This record gives sequence, C-alpha cells and structure tokens, in this order.
Amino acid sequence: MKELFFDESIILLNVAAESKQEILKKMSTNLVEKGLVKPSFIHAILEREEEFATGLPTEGCSVAIPHTDIEHVVHKTISIGILKEPVEFGVMGDDSETTPVKIVFLLAMDEAHSQLSLLQKLMQLFQNQETLKYLYGESSRTNIKNFVKEKLDLSQI
Amino acid sequence: MKKKQVLVACGAGIATSTVVNGAIEDMAKENNLKVDLVQIKISEVGSYEETADLLVTTAMTKKEYPFPVINARSFLTGIGTDDTKKQILEELKK
Repeated sequence: MKELFFDESIILLNVAAESKQEILKKMSTNLVEKGLVKPSFIHAILEREEEFATGLPTEGCSVAIPHTDIEHVVHKTISIGILKEPVEFGVMGDDSETTPVKIVFLLAMDEAHSQLSLLQKLMQLFQNQETLKYLYGESSRTNIKNFVKEKLDLSQI
Repeated sequence: MKKKQVLVACGAGIATSTVVNGAIEDMAKENNLKVDLVQIKISEVGSYEETADLLVTTAMTKKEYPFPVINARSFLTGIGTDDTKKQILEELKK
C-alpha cells in the first residue's frame, strides 16, 4: 500500500473563491498538476458534490470533505484548502440546507473501505474547535503541514 | 436472536461509510451484539431490500425502504453522536 502524499504544495491558504465549484476546481486542478490525480478527477469531484453534498457543520467552523471514486486517483492524498471567505456547501445528507464552509479537506483515496484509522483521525481533527481555529489562523503552510501530520499520525512519511 | 444485517452507506462507499462502519463495530462489541455490517454505496441499497434490517447512512435517501433509516452525520461532525448511537442501539436490540 502506498503512503499518503502530504506536503506544503497541497495546502492552499487564503484561497479566494466565490463558490464551491470554484474552490473545488482550484484544489483539484492543483492535484492534477502534481500528478496525484487524473484530469477526470476534477469533473468527478464536482459532479459528486452536486449529487452527494459533503458540507459538515461542526462545533467550530463548517468544513467540507469532498471525495469521489478511486478510479480517478493516482496517489492517495488529502489536500487542505482554507478559504479567504466562506462559501456555501450543501450539508451532507440534507438536500435542503447549505452551510458556510471555511476549510475544505479534499480526499483523494485510492482504495475503497480502507484507511479507517486515518479517516477517524481526520474526523477527530475537525471535531475539535481549537484545531479548526488554529488552522484558520495559521499563515505558515509548513506549520500546518507539521501540525496535521502529527494529528493524523503521519510521522512515518 | 437473528443476527441483524445493517447497511452502512455513503455516496461513494469510500470515506464516510468507513468511519460510520467503525463506530457501529465498536458499539456492537461494547454491547455484545452480533451484527452483519455491509458497507455499500447508497445506490446499491436496493439490492439489499430483502435482507437488511437497518440502513445507517450519511447520504440523502430519497426512497422509502422497508427498514428503518438512521442518519449518521453526527459520527462525522461530533454533534449529537450520543443520540444517534442510542437510536442505532434501539434498532439493534429489537
């Protein structure tokens, strides 16, 4: 099993976007340019978000965890996008509601039904208000990288 | 008591159902309940209509099913997790 790719180049700070489509395009295009996902990933992510929204209102700020089928992924990674101004995402499992999302965790997984502990740690990460506040206020991508790596227990990479 | 078949479904069957699946597994163990957990995409639920006892999902369900449906978003957000766990346990103990 390949390790998760995670470094500064897939952490985008202070991203200006008017809509969920715009932020999703920016983040997935970045992954395409890095060769981590196939070009088809961009369309697949946008389409999936329309069909199954991934916005999550948490105790802190709202987050979104867009993801799509494994066939579009070359190398497993989690890209983090922190928005300059929140954009509205549909709420997961609820067609009628939207939520202002500040932080996007774009998941590119290359295996279905796996990575339980990694995903659990990721969920714990955004269930913690202090963590979200830190991510939103931090201006160094290296600091964010080290912080998330520690939280997700990625030290082996 | 017959082992209950519980479907755990999300849009892609990749990320959120994995987390929910893990949470139910832990719950079943804690309560000594035997559960047959099936992790699927929401689009696949139809083929389990005959056998399933419960559907736990993070995705939107537009259809009516012959078994109860519980929304599991709380396992991801941390808001209302205890209530969701209680609901699931009640169904499993039926």
